[in-house]
Amino acid sequence: MSSTHGDYLHEPKGWRSWLFTLDHKRIGVLYFWSTLAAFVLGGILAMLIRMELLTPKSDLLPADTYNKVFTLHGAIMIFLFIIPAIPAAFGNFVLPLMLGAKDVAFPRLNLASYYLYVAGTLILLGGILGGGIDTGWTFYTPYSSTTGGTVSLMVFGVFVLGFSSIFTGINFIATIHKLRAPGMNWFRLPLFAWGTYATAIIQVMATPVLGITLLLLIMERVFRIGIFDPKLGGDPVLFQHFFWFYSHPAVYIMILPGMAIISEVIPVFSRKTIFGYKAIAYSSLAIALISFLVWGHHMFISGQSQLASAVFSFLTFLVAIPSGIKIWNWLATMYKGSIKLDAPMIYAVMFLALFAIGGLTGLFLGALSTDVHLTDTYFVVAHFHYVMVGGTFIAYLAGVHYWWPKMFGRMYSEKMARLAGALVFIGFNLTFLSQFLMGSRGMPRRYASYVQDFQPMHVLSTVGSWILALGLFLILGYLLVSLRKKPDAPANPWGGATLEWETPSPPPPHNFDRTPVPTHGPYDYDREPALV
Amino acid sequence: MSETTTTTTHSPFLQHHYAEMEQQVDAGKIGMWLFLVTEILLFGGLFVGFAIMSGQHHDAFRLAHEHLSRPLGALNTVILLVSSFTMVMAVHSARHSRQKALVRCLAATIALAGAFLVVKYFEYSHKFHDGLLPGRFYAAGGPEPAGQAMFFSFYFMMTGLHGLHILGGMIVLTWLLVRSRRGHFSSAYYAPVDLGGLYWHLVDMIWIYLFPLLYLIG
Repeated sequence: MSSTHGDYLHEPKGWRSWLFTLDHKRIGVLYFWSTLAAFVLGGILAMLIRMELLTPKSDLLPADTYNKVFTLHGAIMIFLFIIPAIPAAFGNFVLPLMLGAKDVAFPRLNLASYYLYVAGTLILLGGILGGGIDTGWTFYTPYSSTTGGTVSLMVFGVFVLGFSSIFTGINFIATIHKLRAPGMNWFRLPLFAWGTYATAIIQVMATPVLGITLLLLIMERVFRIGIFDPKLGGDPVLFQHFFWFYSHPAVYIMILPGMAIISEVIPVFSRKTIFGYKAIAYSSLAIALISFLVWGHHMFISGQSQLASAVFSFLTFLVAIPSGIKIWNWLATMYKGSIKLDAPMIYAVMFLALFAIGGLTGLFLGALSTDVHLTDTYFVVAHFHYVMVGGTFIAYLAGVHYWWPKMFGRMYSEKMARLAGALVFIGFNLTFLSQFLMGSRGMPRRYASYVQDFQPMHVLSTVGSWILALGLFLILGYLLVSLRKKPDAPANPWGGATLEWETPSPPPPHNFDRTPVPTHGPYDYDREPALV
Repeated sequence: MSETTTTTTHSPFLQHHYAEMEQQVDAGKIGMWLFLVTEILLFGGLFVGFAIMSGQHHDAFRLAHEHLSRPLGALNTVILLVSSFTMVMAVHSARHSRQKALVRCLAATIALAGAFLVVKYFEYSHKFHDGLLPGRFYAAGGPEPAGQAMFFSFYFMMTGLHGLHILGGMIVLTWLLVRSRRGHFSSAYYAPVDLGGLYWHLVDMIWIYLFPLLYLIG
């Protein structure tokens, strides 16, 4: 209980203390760097895809290599980066601090979850070294059950990663229920905690179904059990049902934590109490609930019954309601606030614009008649990237810039951050707006070659990807540079009112010198005017 | 640090990040129930797959299920039901600090779990001998061999996954046994026995659904 001067990064010392750490902050940091490495790998593959598509002919990569590259890009980005990145890195680091807790409910399970992540990653990488797969990240049968390559191994890797995700989810639910500081009632929870809670519910309820589906796929390959193969009396559409029963809710595992970050950043940098706290909190739960009822909208052309398609289409539109509630509440929070455009807020505003485009184009795909035309075109690719990159990844960047001082005790160059933000915004829109246009004109996805007419758009898109990559490397650069500086981050650089800002940056190993007792809501800027 | 002195009895099993034992036990219960939910969903995929495929291959599944031994299946059902009872008694003994009874009940539960696996071993080897194997290894012939092969795929996947859970349960129960011999559990602290019991009952319950589904329904 000695009041150590060391922070969690330096206390205790030695590499063992990192490898066997039970400290949620360290596990969060381990997750942060691991998922970031996965992102760089997935990003390099994305750049390869864009390079290949610079010209209409398949010249840089042979067609079957191209198939492997886009498969791996998808699998790595989804299973190794975007699903774990926000919950497992920031959730682990920030959530217990926000609750005023000393740790998550099950620290050993937390470490186990990290090592399962590492194991799953190594298995995936082993599969890549063994030749890779060309099934697309969706592993559709019967192609995936008959094609060559290391499908079984890679699928097993994803199975292992699923357990990592489940353990994180179980941990967070128990933590939020049982480890809130005295006085931290449910409606004093920061909205990040609500978002994490809704995410965790999906992680726990959906991931096991993916697990069994992947096991069945492995069995199909090894034993030819026939469940998904029409030649053997099985049903390939059943695989799609199983797969999307997880994978649709999974896109909310990806977006809800992003929305949760935005709900933190906007009130802090608008210096205003959040508008519609309860509406935002409940809309996260509503999204989690509805997410389980809409999987069939991935299968409008699969041959499922028309009645099912119509019902799924209708339910899909329901998602727009809680999403819209969030957007309007964020805007209402900003209205007449004293907005400060520091780096986190720049990304939050970017999120609002890009997620709005991503969300609205989703309506085209949720509507039966337009979806039939747009299925498997670049329109879908663009929509997905507007939601996942323009939405989740931009929110992730907001989170990185928001909590970086807390995690590492350093401030980064604000000037560079603005420059990089501009590059990211321009690069991203150039890359993916062009894909909406191509897609609506019939450019199919997953092809290494295409007709000449699409080339100008593809060139725009590829050039955009270079600008985007430049911006991202710039971010990585100034963040790493900031680590070499002297510690200079104050405890509360942004004037946040949530509890993680009440402890030094970086926090001591035991989080708080005394258990904090919140006496006001997390965004009470009306009662307590700007703290800085 | 002054506020840590408020707790009167400081259990050696209280983890540092909890203020009091009740909080820790409640968190454990939440965690275990969530885990059980994931288990039900994991098996749920197999049950749904079985239901759909048995609808599409109704006659083949009916023929194939005649190969299963109802007496052995029934015997295993009884074994697991009794093991659930001994598990309940283990929790009951721990709650009332009856050390010896706790150890005996846990040992009995482990023994019954082992007996279940032995019976399963005989059932499996009989199936292997007759060529009643999953998927492409099915060699028993008969009408609609593809459908029958699929039935045995499900039979082995479902009972196999369940068997792995029995094995996992035996490991957990052995760990509990070791700890109870060291006298860790009493009315003041028996949460691990309680949680282990919850898991064990779920494993039993899955079998209660598997038995009629595979052995009885034609």
